[in-house]
Amino acid sequence: MNYNAPVTEGAKLDGHIPEGPLAEKWTKHKFDLKLVNPSNKRKYRIIVVGTGLGGGAAAASLGELGYKVDCFCIQDSARRAHSIAAQGGINAAKNYQNDGDSVYRLFYDTIKGGDYRAREANVHRLAEVSRNIIDQCVAQGVPFARDYGGLLDNRSFGGAQVSRTFYARGQTGQQLLLGAYQSLMRQVHKGTVNLHVRKEMLDLVVIGGKARGIVTRDLVTGQIETHWAHAVVLGSGGYGNTFFLSTNARGSNCSAAWAAYKKGAYFANPCYTQIHPTCIPVHGDQQSKLTLMSESLRNDGRVWVPRTKEMAEKVRKGELTPEQIKEEDRYYYLEERYPSFGNLVPRDVASRNAKMVCDAGLGVEASGRAVFLDFSEAIGRLGEDVVRQRYGNLFHMYEKITAQNPYKTPMKIYPAIHYTMGGLWVDYDLMSNLEGLFVVGEANFSDHGANRLGASALMQGLADGYFVLPYTIGGYLATMPPKATELTGDEPEFREAAKGVRERIQRLLSINGTKSPLEFHKALGHIMWDNVGMARTEESLKRALDEIPKIREDFWKNVKVYGKNEEFNQNLETALRVADFLELAELLAYDALQRKESCGGHFREESQTAEGEALRQDDKFAYVAAWEYTGADSNPALHKEDLKFENVHLTQRSYK
Amino acid sequence: MAEKNISVTLKVWRQASADKPGKFETYKVKDVSTGSSFLEMLDILNEELQKEGKEPFAFDNDCREGICGMCSLVINGVPHGPGRGITTCQLHMRSFKDGDVIVVEPWRASAFPVIRDCVVNRDAFDRIIQAGGFTNINAGSAQDANAIPIGKADADAAMDAAACIGCGACVAACKNASAMLFVSAKVTHLARLPQGQVEKRKRVLAMVAQMDKEGFGNCTNQYECQAACPKEISVDCIAKMNREYLSATVVEPA
Ligand SMILES: Cc1cc2nc3c(=O)[nH]c(=O)nc-3n(C[C@H](O)[C@H](O)[C@H](O)COP(=O)(O)OP(=O)(O)OC[C@H]3O[C@@H](n4cnc5c(N)ncnc54)[C@H](O)[C@@H]3O)c2cc1C
Ligand code: SF4
Ligand code: FES
Repeated sequence: MNYNAPVTEGAKLDGHIPEGPLAEKWTKHKFDLKLVNPSNKRKYRIIVVGTGLGGGAAAASLGELGYKVDCFCIQDSARRAHSIAAQGGINAAKNYQNDGDSVYRLFYDTIKGGDYRAREANVHRLAEVSRNIIDQCVAQGVPFARDYGGLLDNRSFGGAQVSRTFYARGQTGQQLLLGAYQSLMRQVHKGTVNLHVRKEMLDLVVIGGKARGIVTRDLVTGQIETHWAHAVVLGSGGYGNTFFLSTNARGSNCSAAWAAYKKGAYFANPCYTQIHPTCIPVHGDQQSKLTLMSESLRNDGRVWVPRTKEMAEKVRKGELTPEQIKEEDRYYYLEERYPSFGNLVPRDVASRNAKMVCDAGLGVEASGRAVFLDFSEAIGRLGEDVVRQRYGNLFHMYEKITAQNPYKTPMKIYPAIHYTMGGLWVDYDLMSNLEGLFVVGEANFSDHGANRLGASALMQGLADGYFVLPYTIGGYLATMPPKATELTGDEPEFREAAKGVRERIQRLLSINGTKSPLEFHKALGHIMWDNVGMARTEESLKRALDEIPKIREDFWKNVKVYGKNEEFNQNLETALRVADFLELAELLAYDALQRKESCGGHFREESQTAEGEALRQDDKFAYVAAWEYTGADSNPALHKEDLKFENVHLTQRSYK
Repeated sequence: MAEKNISVTLKVWRQASADKPGKFETYKVKDVSTGSSFLEMLDILNEELQKEGKEPFAFDNDCREGICGMCSLVINGVPHGPGRGITTCQLHMRSFKDGDVIVVEPWRASAFPVIRDCVVNRDAFDRIIQAGGFTNINAGSAQDANAIPIGKADADAAMDAAACIGCGACVAACKNASAMLFVSAKVTHLARLPQGQVEKRKRVLAMVAQMDKEGFGNCTNQYECQAACPKEISVDCIAKMNREYLSATVVEPA
């Protein structure tokens, strides 16, 4: 890739947003969509890749409607998709607390939180269907928290000024996913869904400009298979693991989305990555993943560092404990810098400030890359019992990992990569520019703009899967006569794709170098975190763009992959995924280089206000950047989708 | 607490595939930080094995924070190793001493055949849920979520049971390889809620029938399952399921 060459621009993109007033678009559009005759539904085959909240909910709902569904996941059970790990909760505009919430307020908060880089129409629809999600989940038996009157309880989350977050202890994602999983299992039992566990999609098959199937590898036997369908749905999750260390599960990967990109689907806003401020700091180079501590901790915990470098140095060396530091020597930097929001500023602001104080030499922990999250004031004010009731499980988890007791000594936290707002480009119907390819959940780019609000990913995944895709996919299928468009899975395009997959695997196995796939992943992670992480500059991005291709070249010369294809081979699985991260990383950095503004999770040091806050450049960058693959060695082409704001007024975010 | 580095000896179960015999191999892992997790220690082992030109060791894992239920190792004879209420991935090296010998094996149960090394096939659990572990509700047909209040005690008890992560440690811990704790957790979760009432008889009969078909053993009240369960699911669930089963067979003879 030659990043000095001017950006190649292709045709502009149309999001196909329905006409009419914002609040009526979805209702009207649902009516306008063509319907599939019920008796015809079973004649349509749909492939769903992924069993998380997006894919799992979609596959179950499509099965309920009577379609013939093939559903895939890489884990040994559909119940283990990474959605299971979400702790905090799910938003919905139910206004059960009567505190002034509404569909419009959730819409507005989400647009603003996303720093005005999302589509109004999509976000409004999301807010509308959020209410149905809670109804659906309760009917499935999701044991949400309740008050003594037996009604659903809510909490305020991530700085929201209303209580609209539903939760199931610290296991909200788990309970929502089990609800979707159980619905999916019901359809498997009924025979509408054919479930393929431990099967990894390695390529997308496109015939006549339409997505018509996939190539998979059976992770137990190594068998390469082709599967055809009338439409393909991807719900394969985000690409946070490009940074190696993240809060994502170890298996989370970008391969399915990346294969679609290389087959012509545009990849939108890859530089929009979210860094979560409250994670357990890295303990050393043996670390394999980072653990998130729920954001709810910031409701009562106070964030601080020692006020002087000298003191911080002593803390790092273990010569001074935090309890020995006097009140006036503690720098509560969020409270001092943001008097009105204090410790509850949004994720991106909290993360960047932690980096700033650590860069200034005020960080704690041996690495100097940690800040304190202190509950002593809350314990004094509320008593240890109340604090235990609110955060007991989180404190317990922290202690298990670090062997330190947060009731006695402040927690230590540091930001980590957590979520990716970017993803495959989709229109209002969740369909990619590649016809017949639909994308749901974190894998698409659609609803969160440049920054996702807490408790909104679960909402979006389930909205897509239960309430949006089942309608919009019907509108597409209705244009295809089912019988006349049947395939066998043995067409030349399928054979070609399967051959490509086999060759790629053989190439990896035959390199016989000296370094493990993991070594390359770690090396990539370092480059990404240092140069494309919380603060990005033209210089750092160019450095990354110089380094990434070098690692990739080294990978294809010096990686050693053990064993053979025809067996259970985790080493090969890792190598295939790392190979894709090594490519996606470059697009991510390239997109970040081109977006010469700061917005949400994307912070360009060149574009900040006098107070060091993210500064958008609306006149130049109020668009979605969707990238088209043009070949391994050429620059991707940019397709812009202009963002039009007809209902909200763009303002500079301020949390002062 | 200051972390230090320790060295341990591992006796690890290696088995190329389901149809080949397996055996223990002995490896040394040096200089592991006690701040590392057990699985990070196995990552180090795997990197070392690869440097020596040996095939890495296969074990299931994903979230590495105790919630996905993927990790599944028997460590020194105990599913998920020493320490109560944790999964394998939540075990840290500070639970071990310098020079310790640690034995690592897969779940052993005929219903969970080995795929490779310590990776087993737990599809049987999915089939039990398919038999009836759900409510019959289609997307879009639910009434308002607050239409039926649910007493906090019932909601909490349902949540306690719903916390099961489907790991299978209960089966691995049981000398009869019984799946009663897993099955009863789902039965209890749904039976405690009004939404689960309509099909509760059918559900328990179908799930128990599937459990038997999969070849899990009988429960003889040893309670090893509860001790091994990372989510501390209580054997009270088993009692609840037995009651549900009994009343279902009385009303609707199986
Ligand atoms: C620790 C943590 C806590 C979080 N907490 C919250 C929270 O409190 N509230 C909130 O709203 N959001 C939260 N999030 C974000 C949220 O959990 C995720 O964004 C969301 O669950 C993603 O769902 P998904 O369905 O898109 O993908 P996933 O759940 O990641 O599922 C991906 C699926 O795709 C499959 N797959 C992937 N690649 C392939 C392939 N090549 N072939 C076949 N199958 C494949 C996987 O097997 C899996 O089934 C949290 C995230 C993390 C990491
Ligand atoms: S009951 Fe406990 S041990 Fe058994 S599968 Fe569930 S979580 Fe695992
Ligand atoms: S790896 Fe997910 S529970 Fe251990």
